[in-house]
Amino acid sequence: MSERLRRRYFAIKLETEEKIDKGKVVNAIWNAIYELFGDYGASKAGLTVIDYMEEEKLLILRCYHKAVDMVRAAIAFVTKIEEKPVAMHVIAISGTIKALRRKIRGTSLIL
Amino acid sequence: MKKFADLNLNIQTENLELFERAIRKASWLGYKIVGVPLPPKITKEKIEQLKKIAKNFGVDFASRVNLFPLNPQELLRNLRRLRRKFEIIAVNCHLKSVARQAAKDRRVDIIYFPNQIKKRFFDKAEAELAKQALAALEIEVMQIPTLPRRQRIQLISKLRNEIKIAEKYRIPVIISSGISNLMLMRRPREMAALATLFDMPMEKALKSVSEVSFSILERNREKLSPNFVAPGLKVIRKGKDCPSV
Repeated sequence: MSERLRRRYFAIKLETEEKIDKGKVVNAIWNAIYELFGDYGASKAGLTVIDYMEEEKLLILRCYHKAVDMVRAAIAFVTKIEEKPVAMHVIAISGTIKALRRKIRGTSLIL
Repeated sequence: MKKFADLNLNIQTENLELFERAIRKASWLGYKIVGVPLPPKITKEKIEQLKKIAKNFGVDFASRVNLFPLNPQELLRNLRRLRRKFEIIAVNCHLKSVARQAAKDRRVDIIYFPNQIKKRFFDKAEAELAKQALAALEIEVMQIPTLPRRQRIQLISKLRNEIKIAEKYRIPVIISSGISNLMLMRRPREMAALATLFDMPMEKALKSVSEVSFSILERNREKLSPNFVAPGLKVIRKGKDCPSV
């Protein structure tokens, strides 16, 4: 019997002056993973976008438990999206989306 | 809970508004200790003013000076002049002779190297000297994303080698940002995650962003304290406070 895949949910706060649409944000993270770890590494990340709140500039991602450090490095690696300076900060990580939302509620999202 | 530190936040201290913004952001990101390279001629009053601003945000400010000597003699002169003024002394080892002198001098806390591969002189000989003098190797991780691709690949490869040497000779490694643009500030765990790119285990990387920096700062503060006599020896009471024997 195959082992159950454990997953982790990330809440990421975007620091940028302008609004950026979901596609561009997700592309930037994927590109960072390709650049740092290649196709092989990207295939191990199991990255999926769960939700993106454009107004709050908050992104919720899911990845495999074993790829947490890899995804963190890729997120830190993003410095620009279409030549506009951007910073991404992981504000919470959790094993379930319910616990993640609870954690975000208790965190200051204002920089 | 870990006390995270970024000992190399390269921001201008003349602009107090910018300094305050940087400290506020560092506090939001989860840093408890922040080191900012200061000009060597800065006054003690100015340092106290900066410490006070940082304290308002719950951040411990460490005064640091980055030395860029052109030869070993200049390094020795600067060390004599500045050691008692700053909590942390870091040396930019852009020349091999300077790197060797910095590694063997006990007054140097941190050695760091430029991003150019040919100017990184951290080899076994350097590590052997640094081991005896208690100097730590600093790696500015936030320089990595800003480099052109080829240079970045070469740097990561070189850093992997340096980390191996540092581990073999038990040289403490400090992970810092080294940024001058606030948009490049990242959380401590993200900086540690970037250090895993050069094969540093995550637990060790987290120590490099917290305990290592903290222990250097604590050691130097003790030395700069007026009660310090010699390593392991300090004044506890004096004058009328001393009980009669």
